[in-house]
Parts: sequence; structure tokens; C-alpha cells
Amino acid sequence: MADRAEYLLEVNGLKKYFKVGKKGTLKAVDDVSFYIRKGETLGVVGESGCGKTTCGRTCIGLYDKTAGEVLYRGKDVHQMRGEERKQFTKMAQIIFQDPYASLDPKMKVRDIIAEGIRSHQLINSEEKIRERVDELLVTVGLDQEYGDRYVHEFSGGQRQRIGIARALAVEPEFIVCDEPISALDVSIQAQIVNLLGKLQKEKGLTYMFIAHDLSMVKYISDRVMVMYLGKIVEITASGQLYNHPAHPYTKALLSAIPIPDPKVEEEKVRIRMEGEIPSPVDPPKGCRFQNRCQYATEKCRMEEPELKLIGKDHYVACHMC
Amino acid sequence: MEKILEVRNLSVAFETYSGKVQAVRDISFDIEKGSVTAIVGESGCGKSVTSKAVMGLIRKPGKISDESEILFQGENILKYTEKQWQSYRGQQCSIVFQDALTALNPTMNIGKQITEKIRVHKKVSKQEAWQEGIRMLELVGIPNAQMRMKQYPHEFSGGMRQRVMIAIALTLNPKLLIADEPTTALDVTIQADILEMMKGIQKTHGMSIILITHDLGIVANFATNIIVMYAGKVMERGSAEDIFYSPAHPYTEALLKAVPRLDMEDEQLETIEGAPPNMANPPTGCPFADRCRKRMDICKQEFPQETELAEGHEVCCWLWKGER
Amino acid sequence: MDRKAMKKVFFSNKMTVVCAILLLIIIAAAILAPLSPYDPDASSVAEKLQGVSSAHILGTDDIGRDTFTRTLYGGRVSLMVGFAAMCVAVIIGTFIGTISGFMGGMVDVVCMRIVDVFMSVPSLLFIIVVYAFMPRNMVTLVLMLAFFSWTKVARVVRAQTLTLKERDFILAAQALGVSKGAIIWKHIIPNLMPQIIVAASLSIANAILDESALSFLGYGVQLPMASWGSMLQTAQKFILHNPIMAVAPGTMILVTVLCFNVLGDMLQQILDPKLMK
Repeated sequence: MADRAEYLLEVNGLKKYFKVGKKGTLKAVDDVSFYIRKGETLGVVGESGCGKTTCGRTCIGLYDKTAGEVLYRGKDVHQMRGEERKQFTKMAQIIFQDPYASLDPKMKVRDIIAEGIRSHQLINSEEKIRERVDELLVTVGLDQEYGDRYVHEFSGGQRQRIGIARALAVEPEFIVCDEPISALDVSIQAQIVNLLGKLQKEKGLTYMFIAHDLSMVKYISDRVMVMYLGKIVEITASGQLYNHPAHPYTKALLSAIPIPDPKVEEEKVRIRMEGEIPSPVDPPKGCRFQNRCQYATEKCRMEEPELKLIGKDHYVACHMC
Repeated sequence: MEKILEVRNLSVAFETYSGKVQAVRDISFDIEKGSVTAIVGESGCGKSVTSKAVMGLIRKPGKISDESEILFQGENILKYTEKQWQSYRGQQCSIVFQDALTALNPTMNIGKQITEKIRVHKKVSKQEAWQEGIRMLELVGIPNAQMRMKQYPHEFSGGMRQRVMIAIALTLNPKLLIADEPTTALDVTIQADILEMMKGIQKTHGMSIILITHDLGIVANFATNIIVMYAGKVMERGSAEDIFYSPAHPYTEALLKAVPRLDMEDEQLETIEGAPPNMANPPTGCPFADRCRKRMDICKQEFPQETELAEGHEVCCWLWKGER
Repeated sequence: MDRKAMKKVFFSNKMTVVCAILLLIIIAAAILAPLSPYDPDASSVAEKLQGVSSAHILGTDDIGRDTFTRTLYGGRVSLMVGFAAMCVAVIIGTFIGTISGFMGGMVDVVCMRIVDVFMSVPSLLFIIVVYAFMPRNMVTLVLMLAFFSWTKVARVVRAQTLTLKERDFILAAQALGVSKGAIIWKHIIPNLMPQIIVAASLSIANAILDESALSFLGYGVQLPMASWGSMLQTAQKFILHNPIMAVAPGTMILVTVLCFNVLGDMLQQILDPKLMK
């Protein structure tokens, strides 16, 4: 980790545990460390329950951490208080997965988008706010007249655009995209992804793009981080990950993705995983993937592998690599 | 090829408070015996409604038009009495829904839910039904079937629950299995496992499958035939090769290009601008016209009749009119 | 759901429409009570205990007051007390409920235990005792009624707040740096409106019942001021002799409470998005 100056976000040993029932602890995020460079897109993938959403939300301080630190421009996000904390919410924003749940049904689109502007008092005259909201609507590809309607009149894709406009309203530099396309139809997914790409270029945004759809993540990300049961198993440049995956879990995940081409599908060799994903309340000892890994050895069952560098910018947590 | 299902001029409309929603508009297609037909389309295109119509599950405020015919092995099932429906559902035709958690009864163990279905249709002892249940669970790849029979739905993971649903659907050996987005709620790895399992069973049992999905990717290695639906209409249908390698309709083409492919580098994602039309007031012309890059004047005026491009490959598009 | 569809659902149910119309008539009658030619409190012993006649359409009471006129004026008092008590109860209940639900933790525990305590006090008896030490006027009555009915509103509001605060749009507001108070005011309360309206309509019905019971026992509205409850109290001595005296206010209580309850139920259905999909 050489040039820390260009890191926008640096996460060191972050842990986020939830209590379940009386005694159980759900280790949603368990000791993860990574960084995001200014202006890049870090894709985060993994199956449901791997902790990717929790990780994203903890990174922008929406959840309290259990241990570790999240440094945004060198400052600990969870130590920020008062005005500093509020300033941070202006710099780091989030786009949610479910465009139906993430917009207040009782508010007009205009007020939803303007909420951040008002809360940060970025613009003080109502008239100017109106102009700014109109401008934002156009930026995300919506009609200006939509501003005076309520969200229930809109389709999923349009709602997601409203969510993007709301995040953009405070002119952030970092956006956590929490599965922004999972709930959308394929033809709309491409629209949203291309819009996010365009905005990144225009405004120099940095994204943390969380998704379970690896093909979309590959398309949009510079680097990709693969998570399994609260741990990072592999993190590297997107091309490297897809062409030379190192971790057995990454390989299995990649081989499970369907390719819309019958002939390619026919010839594809699937790398199978045994059994099912264990509960994060009671993860296996040693390497978390050991009970499903076909290469697992005694060492894997005893000792938890550290994330280690195996190539340029390529980190893997596996004893066998 | 022998046909197991023939759908003729099927129209389904829903009376809602905001008007009459025409979910399916005058569609016709055939399902061949032993084939796997995928009905592909976006949400609201009418694919689920079509499958429900085939199962006789359209309830008020939905209504199937009088001209509609659904022939199952030559018999019009829309004329069935409630009793005939009951023996048709389950024995002839079964359905698997997307959300297995709501489709299973949470207060009953899995074994009871399977044996109940068997005993409704077949006169067998409880013991025999239970054995049959275990056999079905093993068939869909659930380990420890004997013990699992006594467990309740919440004790199963999402993937296992979907397998249970498929097991229940497959008891009594239906001739036609409808799978309505069976893997949409699941992770990719589990999705791949389940599709593989279904494919295996289809090969050994030879039943026909209608697979309803929005994801063209998952059907590439499974479906033999594909029907592409949009705004309540069939836009294109043909064999899997036809659709994947020589898509004729601009919508099919766009759909294929809208998903990034893992095996390709630096491709450009093509977006389909706009959104599907409002089905309460569908356009008279081609419903895709507004979003189509190859739109012509006539497209907005009239819906094109089917053009047969090759044996079994048909498309509804003005571009192909007069091509033959 | 949009307003148009809501209207359609509302009007498609005959029961609700009938109840709404009945309530409107009762409220209008109470407001227009001064149009009656009689003074509700003026006695005329010569005309006492008359039956139904063209001059007194519901007869007269033991000191010759027109029962119809008194029922109208009584409605004013009963409805006003009910409405005012409901308003106070809803404001307190919503305030405590949202804060308790949204803040969680100790705040929640303390608020909910207070609610439990209030709910386990026999309210009518308590009010009767308190009345011994308080000035017996309408304000006291309203406050006392509200004092024991806000707990129901608070419970409903808190439960709904708990589910609302997990919704992504609340998280989104937090991510935008919106303060807790503003989130409660701008996001939680508007989204609670359906539940609050339902709770309010049930709360009115309860307040009217309690007011009647108190007045009947002589602790509510003080004579000679008419309320439906106090009219019943007067009527009980003459129930065999002149039953209409009791039937008139009794029917009004029954119909009004029933209408508010039915409306509350219906509103619940209309405003519940799950049922309306």
C-alpha cells in the first residue's frame, strides 16, 4: 500500500457485529481492510449474507462499527461528531437497492431531492432550490415536470434515478451504490449503469459499487472485492479477477454466472461448491470457505488465512495461493 | 412434433381501480412435448399472467377473454369445471413460484405438505405417500431426505426451499411443469445448481417445462425454445439458437445486448431508452415502437402480424414484412 | 395509492358511506341546534313529561324541556368533548409514540412502562376520584379523558414507527445528515397518518362513551347543561313512564359511536397498502 495520499477511503480491520437472540453474534463484517482510490470504482460482490451491504453502510457511518477504523481522507468516520459528521454526509452519499422503499411515499419528488440541499443549507432561496432540483432532474434523465409528483407514479427505473438525484444534490465525491440495479429489469439496468458511468466521468465521483451480479460489476468496476461470510477473500483489478481468479470461491462464483450464449454455456466447466453457505452466526473454523472448498487441507481447517499480495495489486486470502 | 399445449388468442385483462389493465393481449403459441420453453420478458410483460392462465389460476379481478383457448393435449382447459381443474392441476400440470417461502405453509412440515398432495390425487396409504415424498426430495437433491421430511419451511435455506417446491410440483409426474422465475430470488451459485438439477430431471423424466424468466442468460443452456414477450404481446419465438444467434426482433436484439457478458472484454452496454408502455392504455401499434431504434412510420399505427422466418422461428415486426 | 382510487374504494362500500352521511347529519344537527324554537334549559312545568306530539316531536322531560332540542344541544357537548379529548390524546400519543419508537433503547423502555402503568389504571374510577378535588368543568373533563386514552394511540404509533425506521428512506435521510427531530417530523409522522387517523376515529368513539358514562354517573357534564349522558341520567327515573326521554339520547350515543367505529375500520382497510394492491 504505497501511495496512501490517493486513497479516498481506507478501511482497517473493520468489524461490525450484530446481536442475534440472547447469545449469538452475527459477524456481518469481520476484520476487513481495503482502500478505495480517488475517482475509481470498487466493486463489491458476494452472495447474500456475505456482509457486503453492511460493509458499505458502515463505511459511510450509517452503522456504528464494532472495531477497526474507516478513514475518509485520513479522518475516522466514526469519530466525527456534530458539524464534522454533518459535513461528511455531504461528501459521502448512498444509493439504495430497493427504489420502492428508499423514497418517502408521502413526499413530492422535488422535496425528496431537495432534502439534502435544505438540510445542509447549500442554497437558501426556495426559488434557487427549485432551479437546482430541475437541473438535477435533467442530469439523471428525468422530465422537469416530474418534480411535482409523488413517487408512486414512477416505475422502478425512474425511482432509482430519483434516488441518484437525491444523492447528487449535495454534490458528494463518494457514493456507495448498494445494489442499485438488482431490483430492476434488464433493459433498465443498463440505463442506470450507463448513467452512473456518465456521472462519474463528469463529476469525478468515486464509487463503491455493491452487487451480486458479477457481470455488471465487471463492467463498471476498476477493482473488485469478493466477500464471503464477512471476510474479503480476494481483491484485485477487475480484468485480473475475471481472467485470473485465484481464490477457489471466486472461481466457483465466476463459473456459476450464466452466459447468454448456448454454445459457450455448453462448454463451460462449472466449479462446484459443496453444501451450502454456513450461517454467519456460526462460521466454520479456520478458513471460512474450507468446508465447501475442494482443495481444503488440514491447514485450512486450523488456521485462518491472511489477505496476502500475490501479484500487482492482487490480494487473496487463501493458503493455497 | 406432438404438441402438449396450444395457446390460441389468449387475452387476459385485470379490472383495477385505475382502469382495465390488459396484461396479455391476444397471444398464441405452442409448447411441444418434451421441450423446455422459456418465456422471456420484463416485469409486467404478461409472462406470469400467461402461466397463471395455463394453470387456471386467474382470479378476480382478472378475466380471460371469451375468444381465448388453451388446449392441453387437444382439450380446451378453459371450459373445465372446478373438479376437472383440480385433477388437472398437479397431475397434468404443476407450477413452481418464485417465492418459495410464501408458497409453502409455515405451520406444516414438508413431509405433510408433500403427502397431502399425493393423497388428494392418489389412493395410497400414508406410509406409501411418505415413501414417495422421500423419493421426491432425493430426486431434487436434498440430502438427508428422511430427516428433512419432518422439518418446517423456515428450517430450510432459500435454495433448499425452492428444491422442496420443485419436489412438490414434480410429485405425481405432471406432464407439464411451469417454473415462474424459480431462481430469481437466489444467489447465482444456487441458481446454477438448481437449474442443473432441473435440467437433469427433465432429461430423465421427459416432461415439458415452461420456464418463465427475465434473464436470457439462465435459459441459454436449458431452453430448447424461447418466446420473447413485451407489453402483453409475443414479439418473437423460435428455437434457442434462433433467438441467441439470429435474433430478428429489435427488442430481442436489444435485450441480448443490455446484459454485459463475462466472457467479453470492453464491450459497450446498449441501453434501451424509455420504459415499457402503460398496460391500462396500451398503444395500438407495436408497443416497442417508442423505444425502438429501427422504428418506421407504420410501427405506431398497426401491430404487425407474425412473419415466419424459418421453421418455428416467427417474429412480429414490420421490418420483416415482405422479407419472404 | 392515489386519491382517486381511494375515493373509489370509499364509495364502493355502502356501509361506510351510510356511516359517513349519518355522522355528517348528526354533526350538522348539533351545529344547527340554535335553530330550534325552544330553549334547551328553559323549564315549563305545565308541559312536563309529554309524549310525542307535533309541538314536541320527541316529547318533553320532567321539567318540561323539549327533548329533541336537548338532544341536539347534548350532541354539541358530547361531540365536542369527544373531539377535543381525541385531539389531545392523538397529540400526546403521537409525540410519545414516535419518540419512543424512533429513539429506542432506554427512552423506549421508559415510555412503554409509563404506557403500561396508564393502561392498568381503572380510568373511570380514577377520574371520579380526581373529580372530587378538581373544578368540574369541560376542560377538566377533556383533559381527564385524554389523559387515559393517549396510551392506545402511543402504542399503535410506536409499533408503526419501529417498522418505518427500518425503511431505506429513513436511512437515506440520515445519510443526508437530516436531524432526528426533522426525520420524525418530515418522514415518520406523514407516513403514520393512516394509522393516526384510524386511531383518532376509534379514540373519538371511546371518548364519547366515557363522557356519557361519566355524565350518567353525575361526574361529567354538569346539569343543567345537556349531554347525552346526563340526559340518560335524568331519564332513568321516568324510563317506564316516558321511555322516549331515554331512547333519544341513547340512540344517538349508539349511532354515533357505531359510525365512528365502522369508519375507523374502513379507513384502516382503505389506508392499508397491503390490502389495496
